[in-house]
Amino acid sequence: MANPKPRVKVPKKASKGEVITIKTLISHPMESGQRKDKQGNLVPRQIINTFKCEFDGQLVFECDMDPAVSANPYMEFNAKVENSGTFKFTWVDDDGSVYETEKKITVE
Amino acid sequence: MTFTRRQVFGLTAGAAAFVAVAPRISFAATDDTEAAIKAFTGGAEPATGTVTLDTPEIAENGNTVPVGVSVESPMTADNYVESVLILAEGNPSPAVATFHFTAMSGAAEAKTRIRLAKTQNVIAVAKMNDGSTFIDRKEVKVTIGGCGG
Repeated sequence: MANPKPRVKVPKKASKGEVITIKTLISHPMESGQRKDKQGNLVPRQIINTFKCEFDGQLVFECDMDPAVSANPYMEFNAKVENSGTFKFTWVDDDGSVYETEKKITVE
Repeated sequence: MTFTRRQVFGLTAGAAAFVAVAPRISFAATDDTEAAIKAFTGGAEPATGTVTLDTPEIAENGNTVPVGVSVESPMTADNYVESVLILAEGNPSPAVATFHFTAMSGAAEAKTRIRLAKTQNVIAVAKMNDGSTFIDRKEVKVTIGGCGG
């Protein structure tokens, strides 16, 4: 399938100790393995099974997904920032592909 | 206070209907769901409260139902929410997603969008770092199922 495009929204600036909200979305069909094609054959399961968010190497939030997560999985969660740094977002596909993106934040 | 014959019949029928429906709501969880909760909590019976599910009452499209979950917790290094399990007991497979939080999360809140096959209960089970577990259930009415035929 076409390369899934991750989209992430992180505030550019935050004050020290602030709890910020991060929103992420990645385009992916999330084939549940329940659906049938026109010939009546089951479409094999292919989903993103793990999502991870790290801040300068420290785990912030992780999510294990099952086929019941909608297509183009959307995640909204929080992070507490004490210093400037980089958020790293990782999605892992059933076929082993890994999609990554990074966002910087400045703490004043 | 006196009742007419008609009122008495009405009341009895109403009460009977309520009794018949109530157990179905509280014990509707399927074996699969119960097993998933047990596996997550390590056999313990989760308490109610602390965890709150935020779901729409009616979902027109079962393909994308917005679901939010929040857990009351100070989220410090020695007192935080470890993980939250989301289950949909009426789906072909009840597991939906598991969120893992850390003290870095700041607040134990997450939102996502899920698929629901039919009208059913959505369940959230939260596990704290000290091992205690909490549960919340919400019924979501689904107009069009989201597991594609």
